[in-house]
Amino acid sequence: MKNNWPLWEVFIRSRQGLNHKHVGSLHAADADMAIENARDVYTRRSEGVSIWVVPSEQITASNPDQKDELFDPAEDKVYRHPTFYDLPDGITHM
Amino acid sequence: MKKFEYVLRLADSPLILGQRLCEWCGHGPILEQDIALSNIALDLLGLSRNLFQYAAELKGGNVTEDDLAFTRQEREYQNFLICEQENGHWGKTLLRQFFFDVYQYYFLHALKNSSDERLAAIALKSIKEVTYHMRYSSEWVIRLGDGTTESHGKMLDALEALWPFTGELTQFDELDLEMEKIGVIKNLAQIPSQWTNKVIEILGMATLPIPEKGWMQKGGKSGVHTEAMGFILAEMQYMQRAYPGAKW
Amino acid sequence: MDIKSLQDRFQEKVDAEIKIEPRDWMPDDYRKTLIRQISQHAHSEIVGMLPEGNWITRAPSLRRKLGLLAKVQDEAGHGLYLYSACETLGVERDDLFQQLNSGKAKYSSIFNYPTVTWADIGTVGWLVDGAAIMNQVPLCRCSYGPYARAMVRVCKEESFHQRQGFEILLTLSKGTEDQKAMLQDAVNRWWWPALMMFGPNDADSPHTARSMNWKIKRFTNDELRQKFVDVCVAQAEILNVTLPDPDLKFNEETGHYDFGAIDWDEFWAVVKGNGPCNKQRLVARNKAHDEGAWVREAAIAFAEKKKQREMAVAS
Repeated sequence: MKNNWPLWEVFIRSRQGLNHKHVGSLHAADADMAIENARDVYTRRSEGVSIWVVPSEQITASNPDQKDELFDPAEDKVYRHPTFYDLPDGITHM
Repeated sequence: MKKFEYVLRLADSPLILGQRLCEWCGHGPILEQDIALSNIALDLLGLSRNLFQYAAELKGGNVTEDDLAFTRQEREYQNFLICEQENGHWGKTLLRQFFFDVYQYYFLHALKNSSDERLAAIALKSIKEVTYHMRYSSEWVIRLGDGTTESHGKMLDALEALWPFTGELTQFDELDLEMEKIGVIKNLAQIPSQWTNKVIEILGMATLPIPEKGWMQKGGKSGVHTEAMGFILAEMQYMQRAYPGAKW
Repeated sequence: MDIKSLQDRFQEKVDAEIKIEPRDWMPDDYRKTLIRQISQHAHSEIVGMLPEGNWITRAPSLRRKLGLLAKVQDEAGHGLYLYSACETLGVERDDLFQQLNSGKAKYSSIFNYPTVTWADIGTVGWLVDGAAIMNQVPLCRCSYGPYARAMVRVCKEESFHQRQGFEILLTLSKGTEDQKAMLQDAVNRWWWPALMMFGPNDADSPHTARSMNWKIKRFTNDELRQKFVDVCVAQAEILNVTLPDPDLKFNEETGHYDFGAIDWDEFWAVVKGNGPCNKQRLVARNKAHDEGAWVREAAIAFAEKKKQREMAVAS
């Protein structure tokens, strides 16, 4: 009989002011246990101040086969970047 | 020297319980929990080390933390009998942990108001740890008590085996009361009801029966141990006994 | 896209040092090689807990007890990171455990040797972790993202292990005659098995070329072994121990230390299950897994009940 604990993805905020960042996964029977396990597994050396856990099966990921159509079109939109715009020399604070 | 005796007493229980938990390392039911239990063992051993260091200072001379932890005779150890009981299965280990954690949680809250600044500081640091331990062990007691028929049955066995050793946690002897008199520990009288209330609450959630008060074993505080203790010391003291005086 | 162009595109990425991520297309053999290598690596961490773990309760001081427990706990953590990396390739940890427990899967043979004295704990830290680090640092740049990331974490944590081992030995080297003898004896027993950890000679390692092409491997077995020998010689001098190899000497021409022939018969005997502790290791792993079954099952049953209760309250 299979009684495997489900897989959870773990995200840690390493200090206040930073985003939670994916650090890995672990197994736990429920969400509370997943938080505690994440604390013991991924923050043994004070790596975190906040933890998110998400059941791995709940993650929807973009399809790598669609990578070109999803992400390439942004590449030629140079006007979204400040360096696209010419300014005269000597202008500061901009 | 009474205070020295008392600090040793406080150090012995986390040492012996920590030593027991060390036996689990590498043998837990799942990796995540193996790691979790080792964390608790590290906290307990860390606490005992702080206390042994303080005891060694109180004793003075060349006495070290390791002399105190590793070279005393069995009759000189004052840990609670429950701490030395065999690990048994995971549920028994966690139930033993739970009974101790509840005691330690309320005890350390009392100790943090100690007139002895060093003990107050040690207590304050350990309160954070024990708060987590108590939550962790409570959850496991509930989870296994209210899990499957099999796990419920195993928890009943564990309860029967461990319950007679819980009385000691809330009985105070002369040394305890003397320390209370001089303010080294405060409000001991609150601990028994705090312990009982918490235990009733969690056992209830675990769908486990609250045992009759019944006959309670005692002896830890006077150094009269169960047969398990000699084997723990034989293993723990092996190196210090085989190579007296060596530095490691 | 046909398989040939997929393969080409894959290899181009690898050549350009672009990491391969779990959902990217990858050749079947690449996936299989990774699963085999990462799971063997994970198993090694877990089995490796046993020879060192059996000294935690006997550690000679509080400081050593804490250090050793933290180290063995780290190994559980490393096993876990690696199983996680492996799971991104579509296998479940439980299935990998079955392979380990049934004796089908391999793990580092070094852990089939017994730790018989306290000096062994120091020596395992110095030589075995030292060899492992030598192997692992290049893996931080492995082409497979999750493996590389797990290894970064592992290597960061591993560095204290080797230092801990060396410190244990350094203390022995300054101790009593008994302690010095204990140290030399341990080094005598662990030196050759540590050299075997890098695997067969390059000539007998058929998959090396492919793995290097895929950037799963960055150096050959013999390259890493040589590097290891070179660094150990100076460290052994500090410990005042002799490395048990009469042929060990500096070669002015190559700039490296020459060393004697490895007893590959012993290596293969241990790999095939005839090491001093192969059987005990598997028994211990099986026991932990089997005796934990009711615990894992109860936790799942309870989680299910809790969910039902929460839903009942919500509706």
